[in-house]
Amino acid sequence: MIAEFGLAALWLAAALAALQLIAGALALTPRGGTLGGIVRPVAMVQGVLVALSFAALVVLFAQTDLSVELVAKNSHSMKPLIYKISGTWGNHEGSMLLWVMIMGLSGCFVAAVERRLPELTMLATLAGQAFVSLGFYAFLLLSSNPFTRLPSPAIEGAGLNPLLQDPGLAFHPPPLYIGYVGLSVAFSFAIGALVTREVGPAFARAMRPWVLGAWIFLTLGITAGSYWAYYELGWGGWWFWDPVENASLMPWLAATALLHSVSVLAARNALRAWTVMLGVVAFSMSMVGTFLVRSGILTSVHAFAVDPERGSFILGLLALNIGGALVLFGLRAASVTEGERFSAASREGALVFNNVMLSAILGIVLVGTLYPLLAEALGAKVSVGPPYFNPVSAIFAVPMLMVLAVGPLLRWRRDSLARIRPLIAIPAVLLLGVLIWAGSQAVGLLPALGLALSAALGVASLLPLKGRKLRQVKLPVWGMVTAHFGIAVALLGMASDAAFTTERLVAVQPGDTVEVGPWQVQLQRIEPVAGPNWTALRGDLAVSYKGGAVAELHPAARTFWAPPNETNEAALKTRWNGQLYAVLGQETSGGRWQLRLWWKPFVPMIWYGGILIALGGLLALLGRLASDLKRLVARDKIAYRRSRQGR
Amino acid sequence: MSDQKPTSRWTLWLPLALFLGFVALVLFGLYRPADREVASTMIGKPLPEFTLRAAAPDRPGLTRADLADGQPRLLNIFASWCVPCAVEAPQLAALKAEGIDIAGVAIRDRPEDVAAFLARHGNPFSRIGADDRSIVQLGIGSSGVPETFVIDGKGTIRYQHIGEIRPEHIALLREKLKEATQ
Amino acid sequence: MIRLLLTILALVLALPGAAQDGVPPAPYANVQLADPAQEAQAHALMLTLRCLKCQSQSIADSDAPMAGDMRSLVRERIAAGEDPEAIRAWLVERYGDYVSYQPRVTSLTWPLYAIPLLLLLGVAVVLRRRLRRGGDA
Repeated sequence: MIAEFGLAALWLAAALAALQLIAGALALTPRGGTLGGIVRPVAMVQGVLVALSFAALVVLFAQTDLSVELVAKNSHSMKPLIYKISGTWGNHEGSMLLWVMIMGLSGCFVAAVERRLPELTMLATLAGQAFVSLGFYAFLLLSSNPFTRLPSPAIEGAGLNPLLQDPGLAFHPPPLYIGYVGLSVAFSFAIGALVTREVGPAFARAMRPWVLGAWIFLTLGITAGSYWAYYELGWGGWWFWDPVENASLMPWLAATALLHSVSVLAARNALRAWTVMLGVVAFSMSMVGTFLVRSGILTSVHAFAVDPERGSFILGLLALNIGGALVLFGLRAASVTEGERFSAASREGALVFNNVMLSAILGIVLVGTLYPLLAEALGAKVSVGPPYFNPVSAIFAVPMLMVLAVGPLLRWRRDSLARIRPLIAIPAVLLLGVLIWAGSQAVGLLPALGLALSAALGVASLLPLKGRKLRQVKLPVWGMVTAHFGIAVALLGMASDAAFTTERLVAVQPGDTVEVGPWQVQLQRIEPVAGPNWTALRGDLAVSYKGGAVAELHPAARTFWAPPNETNEAALKTRWNGQLYAVLGQETSGGRWQLRLWWKPFVPMIWYGGILIALGGLLALLGRLASDLKRLVARDKIAYRRSRQGR
Repeated sequence: MSDQKPTSRWTLWLPLALFLGFVALVLFGLYRPADREVASTMIGKPLPEFTLRAAAPDRPGLTRADLADGQPRLLNIFASWCVPCAVEAPQLAALKAEGIDIAGVAIRDRPEDVAAFLARHGNPFSRIGADDRSIVQLGIGSSGVPETFVIDGKGTIRYQHIGEIRPEHIALLREKLKEATQ
Repeated sequence: MIRLLLTILALVLALPGAAQDGVPPAPYANVQLADPAQEAQAHALMLTLRCLKCQSQSIADSDAPMAGDMRSLVRERIAAGEDPEAIRAWLVERYGDYVSYQPRVTSLTWPLYAIPLLLLLGVAVVLRRRLRRGGDA
């Protein structure tokens, strides 16, 4: 029954999405009449229905209803409940349903709350949202129905892979989809504004919280993913410029640019066409990323089989949504003027610089990611990796970070560099000083630049607070300062890891002591330990920093038996100034064990920085929501008074 | 409100053009034949110098000179720990039965494992070199096991077959060997 | 992101676990060179060479036995005084450009370097137009 209920709710939601699209579109025509009135309620009911459908699937997974094909294929009665639930979205069909549910709920929320925009723009926005959703509904109902019943129930489910039972793995998709869907809402606003040509500050203010929210989640997603790769892969690397990583970076770059251009549009009514374009690009990048990852098109040798059918469907959706939006852009953007003017030395000028540079970096990541495919089309295989991405993106990132240090100090519209010269003297001196010092330490050019920029930006990012009463500083300003400071912190971690990491690969026997950087590491013993579905050989390491207190570390080599597999569990010792990273390798001849040790000064700053950046976003979002709420209340009061006066 | 037009009209269509290029590219990617192997770029080039000790007790080891004695032959890269290598054993035996000489290179393998493997799946090799550190494998641009190379009489690599030899591949290998004779 | 994880998992699963081949790894697969300067050179090079048995990993970051053999080859040649770029060229001669994460400029790859230059030009033009226009208005 539950499966049938879920399917019925899904069909109904899809039908309502169609109604929402048609009614919204007709209401925009002169003969639309009162049809527009139903769009908001329909959007709300649609959201509720798709949420019910998703809830039904969760229940099926929680109960391990083996008469449902999807459950039988992806779950198992013996799984812990929490992984049964996360199994709902741990497969293609379920994750699509999760996506469309978040989208439906967002539409529901927009329909219920957003009152700032002209009504026609709102209708166009909701129709756009319905259009995008309809594609996903069609995908689900026509080719990936999650509720299909088996002719006869399975005896047991197929999925009990212990490796997939990891909290990080199980719970990272929802935040990621919230990020993507947030950008889809921004996309719909952009479409709505293009259709009615109402691109202005009101549009920017309506769009901003969605962009901010999406951006916070994307930032956290990338930060967490990078940390996961760092500790789980056992080689101490945190970013590989892997196609899948790039697929997650591209929407973030676009969203970061959009976030800043939306601010310009909201505050100064400038950069109109550009903001609309970025709104389209940001969501495009979410879909492109999803497509690249899902279709398996870019994974290289010995990879998953490419699934042309599924890939084609997502590509079809992509072409329809993005192609359509770009046609609309081509037709309409010429009539959207750029808006207010500003001089080069102004806040807007700095933000334009930021936007252009971010877009260029986005372009490079996209080109570098797709190039192997292009080369293959031309008949050759090439690899594009860190030696390409690092320097080439730095060409654009370095000037951008320098402007980032200055930009927030500039006034809107018109300012002069002479005015802020005393302020930026300190960061400028720091930049040069650290650069010279790093040069004397013989670190590479990029790490040296990173260290210098990090120092300069760390100070410069706090300067907007100078001379202000901290209590009176508004939340969005706190948010900006925190996020920019977070960039400096993350940059410190990245540059320091590249410049100062010490690596030791040794074969040791119990009792041996190894030095790595300031650490002394002694292998005390190797002992077998047993876990629920694995056995492991665990190394007991006694580690001490500069001869100080001794701590224990336990890197292990685990052997799983179902399915047979071996993993290395790295052990980390974190100090304020860095991390000791230990991995136990294989046994070598003569009772010796391979040990991989790294001392990575300041490396955790990468992820602390990421968290700070997201926190900055959160502060800004809270500030914006609070002022939106205030405005809403004030307007209601005025409306109330007017209605009384009118009486 | 401002008066100027933002940009000329054609640039407004630029994003769409780029996007269409992207779609065309990935469409190709979706439907291209599945070519996921790393092919050697040593085809047509001479074998590098090498000397490998014997990998099995009853066959001699392998040097480059053994492969440049005027006679074309197959060079089979295998390992006892590799499952597809066992799968291709009947095909190697069939080629051997036709009088084709097959030299073997065992990758990272212990003599007793190689001996057990050959006892179980047959031994079509006239010589087997033990490549404990992938020296020959890296030297000829091979990236996995099993792989089979056609070597002509001068010790030049003429053809590379990646993966196990299935019955349908035998004719092609025969053909390539014939070409190598000329 | 889920795919990243799955990809990595599959990669871990696909590793032909070292227990399968009984031979100890090549001498310099997991042993550093005594000279720190040479080791630094070798490590920098290893980070830019692709592990052919793995998915999106450099030979410096892989547990695959073949990656170990490639590491040993790199270290031994560096120790013998060979130039890192000569070692890269040696591998590219055997495996094609695929083995190197650092694309060479060839008739096939020049756009990789031309596009950033074009972008730079485009950036300059856009900035000039945007920022000049409002200048003294």
